[in-house]
Amino acid sequence: MFGIEDPWVYTPYILSILSALLCVGWGIINWNKDDSVNEPEDEVRHWAEEEDRVEDEL
Amino acid sequence: MVTIWMTLCVVIYLFVIGYLGFRGFKGTKSATDYMLGGRNVHPYVMAMSYGATFISTSAIIGFGGASAVFGMSLLWLPFLNIFLGIFIAFWLFGSRTRRLGLRLDAHTFPELLGRRFQSRFIQGAAALIIFLFIPMYASAVLTGAAKYLAHQFAIDYNTALFVFSVIIALYVVMGGIKGVMYTDALQATVMLAGLAVLLVLTYNRLGGVTAAHRLLTDMADKVPAALQARGHQGWTAMPKFGSPIWWVSVSTIIMGVGIGVLAQPQLAVRYMTVKSGRELNRAIPIGGIFILFTAGVAYIVGALSNVFFDQTAGNISIVAAGGDVEQIIPMYLQQATPEWFNILFMLTLMSAAMSTLSSQFHIMGTSLGRDLAEEALNGKKKKRGMLATRFGVLTGILISVYLSYIIDIKFGKTGTAIVARGTAIFFGLCAGAFLPVYIGALWSRGITRAGAIAGMLTGTVSSLFWMVFVLEKSSTALLLCEKWFGTRSLAISTVDGAEVFASAGPVIWAFVDPILISLPAAALVTVVVSLFTKKLPENHLAICMDKQP
Repeated sequence: MFGIEDPWVYTPYILSILSALLCVGWGIINWNKDDSVNEPEDEVRHWAEEEDRVEDEL
Repeated sequence: MVTIWMTLCVVIYLFVIGYLGFRGFKGTKSATDYMLGGRNVHPYVMAMSYGATFISTSAIIGFGGASAVFGMSLLWLPFLNIFLGIFIAFWLFGSRTRRLGLRLDAHTFPELLGRRFQSRFIQGAAALIIFLFIPMYASAVLTGAAKYLAHQFAIDYNTALFVFSVIIALYVVMGGIKGVMYTDALQATVMLAGLAVLLVLTYNRLGGVTAAHRLLTDMADKVPAALQARGHQGWTAMPKFGSPIWWVSVSTIIMGVGIGVLAQPQLAVRYMTVKSGRELNRAIPIGGIFILFTAGVAYIVGALSNVFFDQTAGNISIVAAGGDVEQIIPMYLQQATPEWFNILFMLTLMSAAMSTLSSQFHIMGTSLGRDLAEEALNGKKKKRGMLATRFGVLTGILISVYLSYIIDIKFGKTGTAIVARGTAIFFGLCAGAFLPVYIGALWSRGITRAGAIAGMLTGTVSSLFWMVFVLEKSSTALLLCEKWFGTRSLAISTVDGAEVFASAGPVIWAFVDPILISLPAAALVTVVVSLFTKKLPENHLAICMDKQP
């Protein structure tokens, strides 16, 4: 296949392309799926402020 | 003339990167603004910045060169990179890591593990492992970039290393280390464009996809006898099962890097800095395409370079490059592609190196500052943490540059091949030390603190032991085994002046990568110790595990 005879070599060639297509399909289907709606705002705020401090140290 | 154009392009490019870094520094990168202020990072930016961190110069130069030697069987690695490193990583690990980080107020990978298992020891030990071993990976990236620049500008390696180190240091000072996503995304875009063009140019030059592969398949009889004896069966065929080359390809390159990517601390922190699981979902398609066109292309082009050198010089790639694996891709580019493309590709490689290095220096700084000085050593003194963070970044840069410098002097060509293995070694070490514990942290209520500690130590110690005393390639280079036991590997003995490799069926121990030993050992120890030790408090587990999708 594609000039490659060994199935152990053309299989990953095809699988690489297929898995990239899987990523594309999966991304499109779940494009708007959001799981963060139930997160308490104070928890997010606290985390974000601490993250800013970590970044500031750098 | 070309050199002037190249220099000009590099300078302009660095200005653009610097400007973007500066803009990021001025305020767009505040986590508070982003998480709460309605700011959104475009999924393209998120995915590309992850990709830029993931794919480095060592992936292109080092592994592209390895593919020129071992052949297309290495394509299993891009497949694993896409399927595990993007799809599984973002879908399964990403969302859970992000949620756990938020609930535990964790900001670094060691902190995530430490708080999940309520152990400052885990946080400190994980940080120490990262801080001690990531310079090996960073020096592999630096060496790859310096070698390419040396070849391109026809200067010596040390000058290239010095100039590139100065550029990196300036980049860090200008704010590049803060991992400004827009800078990373620009760098990734340059990488994507450069490698996509390279794929088209290569296939086009060799008469199309099937014709090019056919030419490579027909070269099987040109495999040097020495490689044939070690199991090489041609560049479009899998190495002979159980042969030394099969073990190196499958266990070190494919599995070591392919599986190791799941437990990379500098990649795992990326999941925590996104706003919601939606960003992760949207990043998957872009990330998948990016890896296909970067890692995938480097491997395909690396293998096909054999056809080009055979047609032009009558030699296979490794012979044409004088035995230096890391010179194959630079030589191929210089001889097979137009000059404008060489300039584009140089920017591609600089991008790849800069984005990966900045994330490595970032994690060196936080490991030493936040994880060790502030938390594990019970400092809680912010000032000490800040000083330690900066010290961590500075020493990280210096150690990495020094490693790149000294190994080239000490070992020459062989040494640089060893440094390129630094990537695989670091990935393998991370897999052994962190993967079972990380999976346990995300999914299991049953893994105890003692189990996590035992698993992490088992993974680290077994990995290091195997590297230093058993794995032939590394134990020979490190010389410790020779010094202490009088043999270059514990799995090699000398009978009547001839070396005998210890084996069990198709398993030749001296060629088995540490990941195949350390990962199962660490997983087993984590589970078994957890069965017999005290569980974590139920209320803590409720915080960690509840309401996870």
